[in-house]
Amino acid sequence: MSTTLDSQILGHFGPYGGRFVPEALIGALDELALAHEVALADPIFQAELAELHKTYTGRPSIITEVKRFADHAGGARIFLKREDLNHTGSHKINNVLGQALLTKRMGKKRIIAETGAGQHGVASATAAALMGLECVVYMGEEDTKRQSLNVARMKLLGAEVIPVTQGSRTLKDAINEAMRDWVTNVDTTHYLLGTVAGPHPFPTMVRDFHRIIGVEARGQMLELLGRLPDVILACVGGGSNAIGIFHPFIDDKEVRLVGLEAGGSGVETGLHAATISGGSPGVLHGTRSYVLQDANGQTIESHSISAGLDYPGVGPEHAYLHDIGRAEYRPITDAQAMEAFGLMSRTEGIIPAIETAHALAGAMQIGRELGPEAVLLVNFSGRGDKDVQTAAQYFGIPL
Amino acid sequence: MSTPLELLFAKTRSENRAALIGYLPAGFPTQQGCIAALTAMVEGGVDAIEIGYPYSDPVMDGPVIQAAAETSLKNGTGAHEVMETLSAISKIAPSVVMTYWNPIERYGVDRFLADLKSNGGSGVITPDLTVEESATWLTSSLVHETNRIYVVAPSTSAERLRLVTSATSGFVYAASLMGVTGTRTSISSSAQELVGRLREVTELPIAVGLGVSTPDQAREVAQYADGVIVGSAFIRLLQESATLSEGVEKVRALAQQLSSGLQRS
Repeated sequence: MSTTLDSQILGHFGPYGGRFVPEALIGALDELALAHEVALADPIFQAELAELHKTYTGRPSIITEVKRFADHAGGARIFLKREDLNHTGSHKINNVLGQALLTKRMGKKRIIAETGAGQHGVASATAAALMGLECVVYMGEEDTKRQSLNVARMKLLGAEVIPVTQGSRTLKDAINEAMRDWVTNVDTTHYLLGTVAGPHPFPTMVRDFHRIIGVEARGQMLELLGRLPDVILACVGGGSNAIGIFHPFIDDKEVRLVGLEAGGSGVETGLHAATISGGSPGVLHGTRSYVLQDANGQTIESHSISAGLDYPGVGPEHAYLHDIGRAEYRPITDAQAMEAFGLMSRTEGIIPAIETAHALAGAMQIGRELGPEAVLLVNFSGRGDKDVQTAAQYFGIPL
Repeated sequence: MSTPLELLFAKTRSENRAALIGYLPAGFPTQQGCIAALTAMVEGGVDAIEIGYPYSDPVMDGPVIQAAAETSLKNGTGAHEVMETLSAISKIAPSVVMTYWNPIERYGVDRFLADLKSNGGSGVITPDLTVEESATWLTSSLVHETNRIYVVAPSTSAERLRLVTSATSGFVYAASLMGVTGTRTSISSSAQELVGRLREVTELPIAVGLGVSTPDQAREVAQYADGVIVGSAFIRLLQESATLSEGVEKVRALAQQLSSGLQRS
């Protein structure tokens, strides 16, 4: 385990992270942090998780070079780490299987989860079905309408989906409602948080479950090219797929790490979800990080064509990596992401998730900036099946 | 120097009764309506007031307070309105502000407590601030001589009760149950048990909140706690009333009923 950024006390990353939660949850968070620490050092746990990844998730995920797409990106060599090929179609399964195993170890029988687009909800429902756990997913009422297919998927997997009618009725409010459930049922229930945000130990634990992406990719790139990539790119909402691929490269100072945030209609319009590019330090959902907020510290609603990036917060480790200059974060507008979405589909026969399309748009920009000598590695975090309806609407394809 | 809140608990203890603490979010149902309702509470017999700073993501609150906070935010309530309410109410009763942490951090910790003090506030209830994150808060509250009121829960371990109460002043807020704010049909037995465990580690006054809404429940809690906190029940009266003046009179009447049974037998 790399330790450069682990000089954390109680889950701090410089001034970020920590715990801002009701005292009622401290016991459960301590229990979870301990279970995670023990599991990290326990070869039996690690073997169990590795076996699941091999026989259920479908790991290791492959690397694909995309030459025709690269023609539109300044001719740089572009490689994709294909997390879209995982069972359930995204990186989310890495974290979910790890936390579900921990849930069983802690003797809890029920998991709750929040979901925006439904990817984390589907992954959670999947893990719950596999391990015989009761599963309740909180989803903003607006999102249940936009993503009705994923609601049906979760129900088919045996989960209960509760539409959240409070506040803006999106991901942020689903997290609020999941936290209220957790405060009430903490004895029997594990909150299976889906990203590297929230109170300690979530940012560290979720990162550790996703590090496998970067660990595999590092070995694969060395085997393939005998060298590391020049730039690694990933989309950032909460930031779980990005930290998963970034973290094993943090000590490799020559490798640029670039996070692509959801710029929505443009950061200057105020209608975006680019928390680091357009937000300020604050506390949301139990952690200190960058937040979209007004002068009174009230959370501002985020906007993005991608439901999975539509969140007004970001993981605290990203806030820290940004401040110390180890990683850079750029906004990608809806239009730029959809251009990359169309291009990847037509030139390579791979339909990306709209979240992932933000990272691809970043690769087009940086590829053009660096030219044909550059080697870019993009975390291809998810497949686009779930976004067919949104994309069809966007491109004017009648349904 | 003692805050008005500390003086109140010294008085109610000497009178062998529990203090009644009433809660409303600032700006609910309107800025002036809130001040009118809080005034009626005090006239009806409430001993101290807890003014809520409405917040966009209130994870410790149930549907009643969430809806009230949403109304208040739509009315444009911010730090200025909270301080204005505090200034009006602290003249007639010891007053504290209850707020999630981010609005304080955004406003500036030191500036917030300076303004709280100058508007007559005794202290702040911080439901999502952990003692581990309290370094600045501790220093600043000592400078401005304000009370730090932390919330503990039935799940809080003995070791943590010791830690949290050692950072607390004014009173300890004991959550009666595992859950969020809102009215309940009965008081959980976990409340009395928690107060018992708190007595073993602290001499501070202990007030019980979450789910206390009827005179019977207040009387029951008053037998073992130093304070009884009522919030959602007052809010519901204001939400259910056709006019503000009708709501204010109902609030006054409930305050009278609640305050009549707080003498310990």
